[in-house]
Amino acid sequence: MAKEQLTDGAAPALVVSHLTKRFGDRSAFEDVSFEVARGEVFGFLGPNGAGKTTTVRTLGTLIAPTSGSAVVAGIPLSAATGAEIRQLISVMPENPGLYVRLTVQENLELFAGLYGLASPGARIAGVLETVNMAPRARDLCGRLSKGLRQRVGLARALLSDPVVMFLDEPTSGLDPVASRDVHDLIASLRERGVTVFLTTHRLEEAERLCDRVAILNTRLLAVGPPEQLRTQLFRSSLVVETAARLPAPEAIFTPEMGVDKWTPDGDAAYVLTVAEPRMAAPRVTRALVAAGADVVSIAVSHHSLEDVYLELVEADPEAGR
Amino acid sequence: MIGLDVGRLAAVARKEAREYRRTPFIIGAMAVLPLIFMINPVITIFAIGATVKSATVAKAVGATFLVLLVVPAVIPASIAAYSVVGERDQGTLEPLLTTPVRRGEILIGKALVAAVPAVGIAYILFALAVILAHFFAGNPTVAATLTEGSHILAQALFAPLLAVWSIGVGTAISARSSDVRVAQQLGTLASLPPLAVTALVSFQIVPLGVWTAVGFGLGLLVIDIAMWRGVVATFDRERLITGSRAAKTTGVGPGGSVGPGEVRRIRFTGGTDVG
Repeated sequence: MAKEQLTDGAAPALVVSHLTKRFGDRSAFEDVSFEVARGEVFGFLGPNGAGKTTTVRTLGTLIAPTSGSAVVAGIPLSAATGAEIRQLISVMPENPGLYVRLTVQENLELFAGLYGLASPGARIAGVLETVNMAPRARDLCGRLSKGLRQRVGLARALLSDPVVMFLDEPTSGLDPVASRDVHDLIASLRERGVTVFLTTHRLEEAERLCDRVAILNTRLLAVGPPEQLRTQLFRSSLVVETAARLPAPEAIFTPEMGVDKWTPDGDAAYVLTVAEPRMAAPRVTRALVAAGADVVSIAVSHHSLEDVYLELVEADPEAGR
Repeated sequence: MIGLDVGRLAAVARKEAREYRRTPFIIGAMAVLPLIFMINPVITIFAIGATVKSATVAKAVGATFLVLLVVPAVIPASIAAYSVVGERDQGTLEPLLTTPVRRGEILIGKALVAAVPAVGIAYILFALAVILAHFFAGNPTVAATLTEGSHILAQALFAPLLAVWSIGVGTAISARSSDVRVAQQLGTLASLPPLAVTALVSFQIVPLGVWTAVGFGLGLLVIDIAMWRGVVATFDRERLITGSRAAKTTGVGPGGSVGPGEVRRIRFTGGTDVG
C-alpha cells in the first residue's frame, strides 16, 4: 500500500480493539481499545510498569498480542504484515540506541538503507538540519552527550518520513532549551499530518502537546482531550479567600448563589463547588460584600492534567500492585 | 530466506564492517590469531628431513591441514557470538528490529562480514604454507603433498563450510544469551565439533581423495543447512526483545479495518513476524 494513499485517507492512523498482552500469568496490558486520528498527537501516560512500552512494542510489530486486534497506519496487524507496517512507522525508544562506534552520518546511512530511501544523502542532510545536528554529522555517536544522542534518535525516527511516529520519552535527559526544540518539532510534525504517539511521564508536556491523551495502568483508565478529562473528573470550583474567617459561611454559600457544595480550606479560605463559575463568582462576591466580608481573592480553580492523572491512577485498584 | 532485499542486506553488512574496523579487539584477534596458528605448521614443515618417508610427510601435512582449518572455525565464532547479544547490550537491537529489515537480511548481512575475512585469511594461510614449503622445506615432497588436488579441494570446501557452521552456531548462542562474555566463550567452544570431521581426514583415519573431500564437504553442507534453519527459528523478534517467544494463541489481524465494538479475531499462527 502506497504511503500517499495512507496519508490521504481519512481512516484513523491507529485502531486498537480489545488488545491484550500477557506474559504467562501476568498481564502487560489488558483489553485496551482506542483510536488515533491521522495528524493527531496522542499522549500515552501511565505509571512505571503500566504497559506503555509493551503497547508501543506491540503496535510497532515487535511483540505479538495475546488477543484483540489493531490496525496500524491502515494495515491490519498480523504476523504477515510486520515488515509492511514497519515501512510506514518509526519508533524512537527512550534509549535512542545508536551505534557508538559509528558517526552520526553513518548511523543514519544504515537506517536509510534499511528503509530503502531513494536519495539518502539529501534526506539525511534534511533531518539533521531539522534537529540542529548538521554540524555534528561526522562526530562519533559515542562522543555525544545524552541530549545530542536523543536528537540523533529523533533524526533517525524522521528519516523515513513515517505516517505514524512512536516517541517514547523523547525529551528524557534533555535540557529545557532542547526540550522546547523537541516540542516545536512535534508541533511541526502535527502540521505536516504526521501522527505522533507520544509516551511520556512529563504531564505538562502531554498537556501542552497532545490533542488527546490516554491513561493506562494495565487497563485503559481514560481517553480524551485533557480539557475533557478535567471536566469529566473534576467539577468546577471557586477558591475564595477572605481577610478573616466568615462567621456564617453557610448563609452565603447557598444554592441560590450557584454553589452546590463548599468546604473550608484553611483559616479564612473556602473551596466552592459550582456548576457555572462565571455566573457564580460575581454572585458570591456580591454576597460576601453584602455580608461585610473583606474579600482578598476569588478565583476559578484550574485542575491540571496531573490532577487528572493522579486521581485516576491512585483510585485504580491496580495502583496497589 | 525468500524475498531478501539486497539494499537492506548491504546496509547491514556495511554497518558491521564499519563497526569491526573501529573495534581494535576484533582487528587484533583477526591479525594475531592466524599468525599464532601458523607457527606450528611452519615448524612441522621445516622439521621434516629430506630423507623422511612419504607416509610420514603425509601425516605431517595432515596435521598442518587441520591446524589451518581451525582459523575459519574459531575466528568468526567469537564475532558471531557478539553479533546479537552485543546489539542488545548496546541498546541498538530494538531500533534495528523496528525497521522493515527481515531477519534473513540481518543474519546474512552479519554472517557475510564475519565469514569473508575468516575464509580469506584461511586461504591466505594455506597459500603461505604452500609457498614456505616450496621454497624452504627440507623435503621436496612436502610442497607436492600440500598442493595435491584433494588437499586444495578440501581446503577450498572446508574453510567456508566450517566458517558458516561457526557463524551460525555463534549467532544462535548470541540470540539466546543475555551476557556477551558467556556468548563468546560458548560460541568459540561450539565452533569446534565440525573440526572432528576434518580431523578424520587430517589424521588419515579416512584417506583424503577428491571424492572423500567432496563427500565430507557435502556432509558439512547438510549440517550447516540444518543448523541455519535452527538459527533462523531462534531469531524471533519477541524473544529477542522480551526474552520469551511469542505464544501461538488467539491473536490479531482482522481482515479489514475495525471499529470499536467490531472485533474480528483470527488465528495467529506464529511469532511476531515472519520476516
